[in-house]
Amino acid sequence: MNIDMSQFHGVFFEESEEHLADMERVLMALDLSEPDSEELNTIFRAAHSIKGGSGIFGFDALASVTHVLENLLDRIRKGSLALRADMVDTFLLSVDVLRGIVDAYRHGDAIDMPAANRVCERLERLTDAGPAQQAPEEGFGLFVEPQEATAGAEAYGLFEDNPPAGESASSQAPGDEGYGFFEALEPAAPPSAPVQDPGYGFFDPLPADTTPPSETPAEIPQRRASDQGEARTDRRAQNRREADKTPGGDTSSIRVGVEKIDQLINLAGELVITQSMLSQLGKELEGSPLHEKMQSALTLLERNTREMQESVMSIRMLPISFVFSRFPRVVRDLAQKLGKEVDLILEGENTELDKGLIEKLVDPMTHLVRNAIDHGIETPDIRAQRGKAPSGRLSLSAFHQGGNIVIEILDDGGGLNRERILAKARENGLALSENPSDQEVWQLIFAPGFSTASVVTDVSGRGVGMDVVKKNIAAMGGRIEIESYAGMGSKFSIRLPLTLAILDGMSLAVGAETYIVPLACIIESLQPRPEDIKSLAASGRLVRVRGEYLPLIALHEFLHVEPRSREPSQGIVLILEADNRKFALFVDELLGQQQVVIKSLETHYRRIPGMSGATILGDGRVALILDVEALIPQDAIASNGGLSHD
Amino acid sequence: MIEAKAHAGREIPQEFLTFSLGKEEYAIDILRVQEIRGYESVTAIANAPEFIKGVINLRGEIVPIVDLRIKFRVGEAKYDQFTVVIILNIFKRVVGIVVDGVSDVTALVSEQIKPPPEFGIAFDSQYLLGLGTLDERMLIIVDIEKLMSSEEMALVAQAEN
Repeated sequence: MNIDMSQFHGVFFEESEEHLADMERVLMALDLSEPDSEELNTIFRAAHSIKGGSGIFGFDALASVTHVLENLLDRIRKGSLALRADMVDTFLLSVDVLRGIVDAYRHGDAIDMPAANRVCERLERLTDAGPAQQAPEEGFGLFVEPQEATAGAEAYGLFEDNPPAGESASSQAPGDEGYGFFEALEPAAPPSAPVQDPGYGFFDPLPADTTPPSETPAEIPQRRASDQGEARTDRRAQNRREADKTPGGDTSSIRVGVEKIDQLINLAGELVITQSMLSQLGKELEGSPLHEKMQSALTLLERNTREMQESVMSIRMLPISFVFSRFPRVVRDLAQKLGKEVDLILEGENTELDKGLIEKLVDPMTHLVRNAIDHGIETPDIRAQRGKAPSGRLSLSAFHQGGNIVIEILDDGGGLNRERILAKARENGLALSENPSDQEVWQLIFAPGFSTASVVTDVSGRGVGMDVVKKNIAAMGGRIEIESYAGMGSKFSIRLPLTLAILDGMSLAVGAETYIVPLACIIESLQPRPEDIKSLAASGRLVRVRGEYLPLIALHEFLHVEPRSREPSQGIVLILEADNRKFALFVDELLGQQQVVIKSLETHYRRIPGMSGATILGDGRVALILDVEALIPQDAIASNGGLSHD
Repeated sequence: MIEAKAHAGREIPQEFLTFSLGKEEYAIDILRVQEIRGYESVTAIANAPEFIKGVINLRGEIVPIVDLRIKFRVGEAKYDQFTVVIILNIFKRVVGIVVDGVSDVTALVSEQIKPPPEFGIAFDSQYLLGLGTLDERMLIIVDIEKLMSSEEMALVAQAEN
């Protein structure tokens, strides 16, 4: 019988990617001197699973690389080969190559065989216990020099006022030429290296009974190679998450289609509406002998439905560590490339948010992290001149606040340069007020085509500007705020709704209908005076708001419904912003702010122009959600939000 | 499907839901019918054709409601407690149609079904499967799948057609 294996490919690719992500995560957190056997097993198992799967499906390139990797890992796992820093680097490299191969198989692209072969060769070379290719004697001698020991210590932040030494330490970061550099030392450091404190105990008096003095020099280079600058950061981060070490790692799980979960969410929402209808009915029973029993049963029902809805919603939630976990690697690679030292601190990795948001958060966050390292954090010598610790701190934290999740990207670098941003804004012809506040100035960097970097590097100058970051975040229904102090650093705060399925909205009335406007688009609402409304001969009206003329759109005209009033001064005007443009929307009445569950119109109908979706109100009725961007008048007066009137 | 059964010896009759629209009686394949409900208030859609009354919340799904009486200019488009909505499930898309009244479920075998006339019926003949005769009644059998996914119903985005 011929089974069509291709139907399982999707699952295999997905699982392989998860295994690779696991491997990378554990590798980054691995303690070289005292590798945890469980961690080594995890890496081994991941490689083994990929190899097994690729064998079944006939993905030979994948199988051959994982085979070599697996053999090596097996020996390390069994203790017949000691783990070294260069191995970790090579393993990370193989993870990258494997990822490329998985992608190539998935998309049917050509496989980069030279890269696969190179990595296999390198992996095989690691198993050779033969002499190192690069002057091991010299290296050995170098590291027993006392001043070099100081340099090593510097990496632990003990002697932070010694930047030149730090420089020299980082300049010898394990680049390519560093591979095989320490190999000759390897036999001298048995896997059971007698160091008790993995991270910081470097200069602790070594236990005299277990440590022959001759082993000390061997440990210095070994630890140094691994613990330089950026690599060390992960360890510290790891210490922080000791309590919840591997988020989502050990718990068993099942794979369920998203549509099944969405159906469940729908039904739970319906149940809540049914329950509230029942509660209404229950109140009518007042006075009857059944009333009390009915009430207690209804209270129970209410609690159960609420809990059920909460737990159903939580199915879609994943810890943000799914995003955060990629950054130790990004930071490490980038810091190495730029010759900077960066301490990465991760906080609140278990904060949960919607799976859909997690996927969309990766790009903007990567951009902000790259920016922070490239433009924010200074090189060690500049930091020394400014009296800062040579290694910069970059912290990523996530926490819940109200119905939102807040993600902060905080660096202690140079901060945003107000003058340069203003100069650039003038150059680009952006509208500026007379004496803009810092907040206004910082927001300027989100304008399209805005980059203050004097030199465009291949790191952050990729043509993807901050405007895209802002757009991506706005598309998730979130917003981004900046705090920055010259010389002290910057903080980017991303504020997102907990789930894509829920929107913070303002409900408003036009005629007999109720509509929802995303709260994130609303700047303010006001009741204009009749004299603030100006009519233009050709196209509609303008409203004057604090010296600014904004195009005025009457929602009832857009929707062709009968309004309660045609005079803006008798209704409410909302000032909205979308696509970097501001305009005023005239409606009859604001009904109130509420969180709404977003429903697709396209499942059973089609896209409705001007609407981004629909939702179900508390009484079970449907309300449409306005697509604010679609309301923008096409012949808008100015491209960047109205006319300035100063 | 009807033709396929035409020559079968002992044929299993096909079941149809019959409903009235104006003075005529129509029949649709019962397997496309999900449920029958009363008419409840809909949320109007701006700038939509007049016969698309709007959308309703059907157990958490947003479902469009089409008034066939308006679409085919038959009967009287009034909405009261007797107004009936047939909820159809066509290729997993759910849509409600408003008709004058639902009659019953009828089983027809192929010899009771004649080819449709070219004219004289509100529906374009391309959406008809035939005419069914049952005692004194004449049933117009509608290809509801074809009708509901047609361009003129404007229920599906054009790209999907």
